[in-house]
Amino acid sequence: MDALTIGTIIKILIILAIVSAIAGFGTYIERKVLAFMQRRLGPMHVGPYGLLQIAADGIKLFTKEDIIPQNANKFIFSLAPVITAATAFIAMAALPLFPTFTIPEFLPLIGGAIVPSIVADINIGILFILGIMAAGLYGPLLAGMAQSNKWGIIGSARTAVQFLSYEVVTGLSVLAPIMLVGSLSLIDFNDAQASGIGSWLIWQQPIAFVLFLIAGFAETNRTPFDLLEHEAEIISGYVTEYSGLRWGMFFIGEYANMITISVIAAVVFCGGYNDLWFISGWLLFVLKVIFFFFLMLWVRAAWPHVRPDQMMWLCWKVLMPLAVINIVITGIVVML
Amino acid sequence: MAHIEEHKDTQAIQREKQNYIMLDLGKTPQFGIPAFIQVVKRSLSRELLKGLGVTFREMINALFKGKLHTTQYPFEKLPIAPRYRAIHEMLRLLESGHYRCIGCGLCEKICISNCIAMETRYDENQRKEVSEYTINFGRCIFCGYCAEVCPELAIVHGGRYENASEQRAGFSLFEDMLTPIDKLKEQNEFAGFGSISPNADENIKKTPLAY
Repeated sequence: MDALTIGTIIKILIILAIVSAIAGFGTYIERKVLAFMQRRLGPMHVGPYGLLQIAADGIKLFTKEDIIPQNANKFIFSLAPVITAATAFIAMAALPLFPTFTIPEFLPLIGGAIVPSIVADINIGILFILGIMAAGLYGPLLAGMAQSNKWGIIGSARTAVQFLSYEVVTGLSVLAPIMLVGSLSLIDFNDAQASGIGSWLIWQQPIAFVLFLIAGFAETNRTPFDLLEHEAEIISGYVTEYSGLRWGMFFIGEYANMITISVIAAVVFCGGYNDLWFISGWLLFVLKVIFFFFLMLWVRAAWPHVRPDQMMWLCWKVLMPLAVINIVITGIVVML
Repeated sequence: MAHIEEHKDTQAIQREKQNYIMLDLGKTPQFGIPAFIQVVKRSLSRELLKGLGVTFREMINALFKGKLHTTQYPFEKLPIAPRYRAIHEMLRLLESGHYRCIGCGLCEKICISNCIAMETRYDENQRKEVSEYTINFGRCIFCGYCAEVCPELAIVHGGRYENASEQRAGFSLFEDMLTPIDKLKEQNEFAGFGSISPNADENIKKTPLAY
């Protein structure tokens, strides 16, 4: 094995560990932020300020009885959460998560090695990410259909409808920045916005940015569009029959997807991990991702759900035409 | 559509009768271009951002100004109203320290769930003395008749409301409910019917009269 392979494997392991930890920590942050926005305190008793609540929840999930319903298709039932978690993490392979840096010379063995910002800088980066996230719809879809539960069936039907529809909007909204940059690699997106805050694509493509955010909320199953597991209507949708670790895998997948969407929004529209004035790219990138993650929690606290028909109406009659018009205008401007 | 018309009729009647002020919500178009225009208007009129602003303001208030509504119950407790009917207490006379109960038996008589049992006898001074006094809190419905009927204010309701237990019947003896003789000075007098809670001022909220 050459150095590149070993380095890539180490990077994969580190990203897997850190992102799963952040996904777990995200549940704590979500509970706290929602609590403060609703004048509550949130988890307080396990550890200082409830920080160890994640550990308590994790222990509970690990030790819980693993129930597979009698009439469920056992194979597909146990496969579905793996699909969700796996696709969420596979998508991160083509995602830049930190600036390129060199390991300091004084460290033994690995000193002086250049660490590229991405696990696999494939030239179809964003297409790959969107494709894998689209494949992630098989998780909820199969989960709902395999569990022989009517809420699950409704949940999986909604999965198919919602994810397939909003896939279109995500693709079309990202298409306009792709036309401007002329590349599918997220590294090229980052390099195209290197010259200060004025070169961020959000100023050239504000409509695409808003469309991408809306579609991203729908893709990650976040609140204005969380019809898949809308408690008031369909109990818990596709996760109704799940418990313990399998349910936890759905959860980790959902939070990993939120991080992915936040990173894409930060890289494609908001300048990526470039240094800005005196602020280092590391800090700025983390702050941008945190902001988009926070935005998802913030919106959840502020806005109500939409009805399924309203959501379809929004997608096909408002967002998609807007995205197409945006692409046409961008194309004309690029040609001129 | 018929029921909507009917509803509008009732609204009209009520308007005449009760002089309601109806908010002008405008027309609600259902289909076509007018509906689309309304959606655009609503989407771009900063209503959504206003909602985000409210939640963000509340978060800042909660984080930095301590405006929270949480009471961390087992560690913090809200003061209860003096009229609250919790576990009974037997009070003592402040001058002599003797218990106030004169053994008249009215509480036992009036108790509608038959949970008070008492026995009395004459002591050496030919005064009534309580020899046995028990309340079965498994049966007690905390109606407060015993405290109301007591001529000496001897039995009152105290503030102990955490009375979950592992078994249904729970008996309290006279000595358990009696104020300990060394805590005589801390004995709380019944504040009287209609008395307000100690934090009543905090609980008063201004009625919103914005519209």
